[in-house]
Amino acid sequence: MSKFSRWWIFKPVVFLACLIPIVWLLFDTFTGGLSANPLEDIRDRTGIWILRFLIITLSITPLRRIIGWSSLIRFRRMLGLFAFFYGFVHFATYVWLDQYFDFDAIFKDMFLKRPFIITGFISFVLLIPLAITSTRKWIVRLGGSRWQMLHRLIYFSTAAGVLHYYWRVKADIQRPVVYALLLTILLAFRGWHALQHRRSQSTAEVKAV
Amino acid sequence: MLIQRASDIASSEITPEDLYHSRREFIKTASALLGIAAAGTIAPGCTPNVGASPEPQAKKLGPYDTAEKANSFDDITHYNNYYEFGVDKSDPEKNSKKFQPKPWTVKVEGMCNKPGSYSFDDLIKGITVEDRIYRMRCVEAWSMVIPWQGVPLADVMKKLEPTSSAKYVEFKTLLDPNQYPEQRRSLFKVLDWPYFEGLRLDEATNPLALFATGLYGKPLPNQNGAPLRLITPWKYGFKGIKAIVNIRFTDKQPLNTWQQQAPNEYGFYANVNPKVDHPRWSQAQERRIGEFFKRPTLPFNGYSEQVARMYEGMDLRKNF
Repeated sequence: MSKFSRWWIFKPVVFLACLIPIVWLLFDTFTGGLSANPLEDIRDRTGIWILRFLIITLSITPLRRIIGWSSLIRFRRMLGLFAFFYGFVHFATYVWLDQYFDFDAIFKDMFLKRPFIITGFISFVLLIPLAITSTRKWIVRLGGSRWQMLHRLIYFSTAAGVLHYYWRVKADIQRPVVYALLLTILLAFRGWHALQHRRSQSTAEVKAV
Repeated sequence: MLIQRASDIASSEITPEDLYHSRREFIKTASALLGIAAAGTIAPGCTPNVGASPEPQAKKLGPYDTAEKANSFDDITHYNNYYEFGVDKSDPEKNSKKFQPKPWTVKVEGMCNKPGSYSFDDLIKGITVEDRIYRMRCVEAWSMVIPWQGVPLADVMKKLEPTSSAKYVEFKTLLDPNQYPEQRRSLFKVLDWPYFEGLRLDEATNPLALFATGLYGKPLPNQNGAPLRLITPWKYGFKGIKAIVNIRFTDKQPLNTWQQQAPNEYGFYANVNPKVDHPRWSQAQERRIGEFFKRPTLPFNGYSEQVARMYEGMDLRKNF
């Protein structure tokens, strides 16, 4: 079997795997598998999956460089779009099910009462341009380097998402701290790699001279 | 000490009929909103009322009881904040199965005439266990209606004879890392253990204050604070300290665990107040467990008539 066809098989498999959290949630919702406060479960479970998908998406590049599995890049867009998908469900849960379109309350929440709401909102909004420009056409339209620049917004989106989680919890900061740590490692790797890259380039230049 | 008789609060005052939804109805409403028809047929097995006892409403209501529909035994015992057993709402039920509420000793100390070590039975001996159907409003903006059994705290206080200089009473939860997984944790410790709480003495002797010993006619389940748990229904739920092993009378206003943890977010009084928001969320509304739409939160959780006089002249914004 050629390498190409093997990857072709993996794509739908990963796609279906990414749907598991939402299918599982729907199953629990309609079979009484949620807690006494189902809204809270829907909100919390979609929320945590956004962060997971963002972290997984951000792991693709370091993994490719460390284990040299460059074909992983084929899944990056899909994983990022799933982060956006869970973000949308999470946001809709808040606006629709939790606040029931009470925009007065939502406004107060965001700007007056709950600072963690605004960080969550920022995290979601930052993902919108990334979802829109995720197509091949948009890469061509923007040009590779500009497109890449724009898509670095995912760093800020994830950071805002982690802060949102950290501010949300009452005292149990362990899980938000774990996500903050993962994000730090992933960003540090990028910084370190960029530094190495620049250094090797300058030595190459020296050698060339 | 002022003992007030509660006049019956008409249920219509508290639960608008049209707002009332059971959990099954929550699912239906949610499904309708999500555009999924006939959820009832999708979910034939939903809301198992595991272990639910006969409706306590069948009995005659006491003067302090609410006539609102009580939450199911299942909801009350599977959705708990009890950080000693874990931070998720489902943790207390899962992790409290081996907890030993018997034998139980409560140490009484400080400014009182009857200090000493009391067994659970000695502490409540001679006091009649009463039924109390109370609303419970959590600081997280959800609420339940719970049919407790317990002894009026005023009777326990009377028995312990606080001296005239005693103005406050402090309670402590058990400290036992062998039984409480979260107390074993050293990294990312959630709270400073043991959990402690305090009341003004007039609050502790208010007829609404209860030492709960049972729920739905059964011994108090471990995850609900067995064997002895404080209930002050006009205050946020976190005041309801669980598994009490220590009672201390003092003349100085004690701190409490959450106030110590975040003094800008939690105060000593913690009276339910829709006008004073928690810094991170509004307290104007609450979601009754089992209902879809939020309902307005009432001052003192609807118990103004019994408790408001204790706070006359106080700035409740400062004393939150």
